[in-house]
Amino acid sequence: MLDQYGLIGVLAIIAFLFPFVGVGIAWMLRPKRPDPIKKSTYECGIETIGDAWVQFRAQYYLIALIFVIFDIEVIFLFPFAVAFEQVGLFAVFEAILFVVILAGGLIYAWKKNALEWQ
Amino acid sequence: MALQILFLIVAILTLGSAIGTVIARNLFHAALFLIGTFAGVAFFYVLLQAEFLAVSQVVVYIGAIATLIIFAIMLTRSVMGREAGALNQWAGIVAVASALIIAALIWLFTIVKFDVNPQPVPDDAIAQIGKGFVSTYVIPFEVVSILLLVALIGAIMLARERHQ
Amino acid sequence: MNIDLRVIGEAFHQFLINIGLTSGQASLIDWIFGALILLVIFIVLAILLIWFERKLAGRVQDRLGPNRVGPFGLIQPIADTLKLFTKEDITPAGADRITFNLAPTLAVFSIVMAFAVIPFADKVIGTDINVGVVYLMAFASVSSMSLLMAGWASNNKYALLGGFRVVAQLMSYEIPMAFAMLLPVLLAGTMRMNGLVEAQGQFFGLGWNIWIMPAAFIIYLTTALAEGERAPFDLLEAESEIVAGYNIEYSGLKFAWFYLAFFMNTWVLSAVATTLFLGGWQGPFVSQVPALGVVYFLGKTIIMFVIFAWIRATFPRLRIDQMMSFCWKVLVPMVLVLFLLTAIILKLGLPTIAVWLLILLSNVAVFVIALWLLGKGLEKSKWASKRLFTPEIPRL
Repeated sequence: MLDQYGLIGVLAIIAFLFPFVGVGIAWMLRPKRPDPIKKSTYECGIETIGDAWVQFRAQYYLIALIFVIFDIEVIFLFPFAVAFEQVGLFAVFEAILFVVILAGGLIYAWKKNALEWQ
Repeated sequence: MALQILFLIVAILTLGSAIGTVIARNLFHAALFLIGTFAGVAFFYVLLQAEFLAVSQVVVYIGAIATLIIFAIMLTRSVMGREAGALNQWAGIVAVASALIIAALIWLFTIVKFDVNPQPVPDDAIAQIGKGFVSTYVIPFEVVSILLLVALIGAIMLARERHQ
Repeated sequence: MNIDLRVIGEAFHQFLINIGLTSGQASLIDWIFGALILLVIFIVLAILLIWFERKLAGRVQDRLGPNRVGPFGLIQPIADTLKLFTKEDITPAGADRITFNLAPTLAVFSIVMAFAVIPFADKVIGTDINVGVVYLMAFASVSSMSLLMAGWASNNKYALLGGFRVVAQLMSYEIPMAFAMLLPVLLAGTMRMNGLVEAQGQFFGLGWNIWIMPAAFIIYLTTALAEGERAPFDLLEAESEIVAGYNIEYSGLKFAWFYLAFFMNTWVLSAVATTLFLGGWQGPFVSQVPALGVVYFLGKTIIMFVIFAWIRATFPRLRIDQMMSFCWKVLVPMVLVLFLLTAIILKLGLPTIAVWLLILLSNVAVFVIALWLLGKGLEKSKWASKRLFTPEIPRL
């Protein structure tokens, strides 16, 4: 099995080096004439006010958490789908229970307006 | 032999990344170091021929948990982008506690005889994991879904409180 | 003409052993060659497809598109590349230098990695690992992380907003996409990309998943538009709101890397759609002449790519609240119901044709009911009713 991952490992190294080599070549070719105006933050020509690292709304956090939960659910279902032909009818109901419990969570989130992007 | 060298390199990188997570002054950098650690762990899973665990590690930890952590960092403006000290008043106590845990682990590793008997990984390992979910480990499998449901409800309650 | 492309690889491996290398060294050289070939395919496809999409978008918008450099403007992408190499590269003053430079690299890296599991023809695949589908999801997460890094490191409010918005979008749409990818896996009983194509080889093309589960295919298509950051889901680069989003501070080649990643992401999504739903390399006479598989695969992928480009050239973009609601309130319930129905139908123990017909029926039913409920919901919701205009009829 490991030899299947040899190519992935080598590809990972090459894929990581490829953009770096490109930037390296560009670094040799391109002009380097920085000045304060060029290096200033781009905000359509208006002076930047305050810190760029602003506070974000809880909505992002909530979406991320709902995502984590469903991501884990789908990861659990992938091996089940592969084993599907080998399991019995009862096992299918167990998986359905698994999905339905989490679907209940989705309905709860819906009812509590957690899915609204305000 | 080549695998051992590879393991050593990645182990050092992973540990370095883990140390970076702890000592980074910037919280976002700490999160990035944490992602590096997750990636290293995924690599170890590949070496252990647990390919499904490796990809799940990347999908769940790098794709979901790390993003969640970064979003949580962004919620708290006061620390984002600002240099904060890596040490606080708990540093001494935590250092002692970690040293004790490491000592205990080393002691455990020396007295426990691991039954290392590498079996070839079956071709249908993933199907066996799937079968395990619905037969041997069906209770944990269902409890996981309840745990996730509780986490979801808790998060919604918390976020609603924040919102009001 | 019975050439199995795999034979070339084996012959090469044998040749390396014959000139006195050990098996391990020969494998290493095999991998290096394989990886380089994948990288070359990546670069060539990128150049051709950028030209192709620009030409296509030009035609859709009643323009000529690139037509000056080379025949039909074919050399245009190469000229653009050369220009980008010589562009000054500006790192803004307040940026976090290392993260800022790492982000475009990681974006390209994650897309190149996806090429390892794309089956170009029967067994002509970088490596046919057992977890192909989840592997693709894994590198999609790495790609979204690179966007988050770019948004944060730029020290720019627009970049940060764009980066966070796009990650929220990618995350949300990954759920229905993963479920849509789960359905072919459920039917085929394997996650190997080549195995998924092999499973669709029955009944002369009728075994393609698009005929069996059209609703899953449409959901995949929709989520692929969002995952590929394409119109109508290209909110991250809404010029009028956040002036190009996470890549606002990038210039020169680093900007090009983001563009390349964005572009090839669409190609990878088309290739995955081909593999999962359009029968991959399956086609007439492919069992006699395996090399034909490459033609079928590329042909189908380009058809998918044209659909993506066509939609991009046609539709306006959605608002972020509409987009998120559509994902969580329409697509996710749809895929959950589809998964449950498909699982039950598959366990009924009916003959193949009956199973397929039932799955098709359930797909159509779910799709129609979802559309009907969506219409009902839109009638009630406030942002649709604002647009409804009821003229006042003067009473006589």
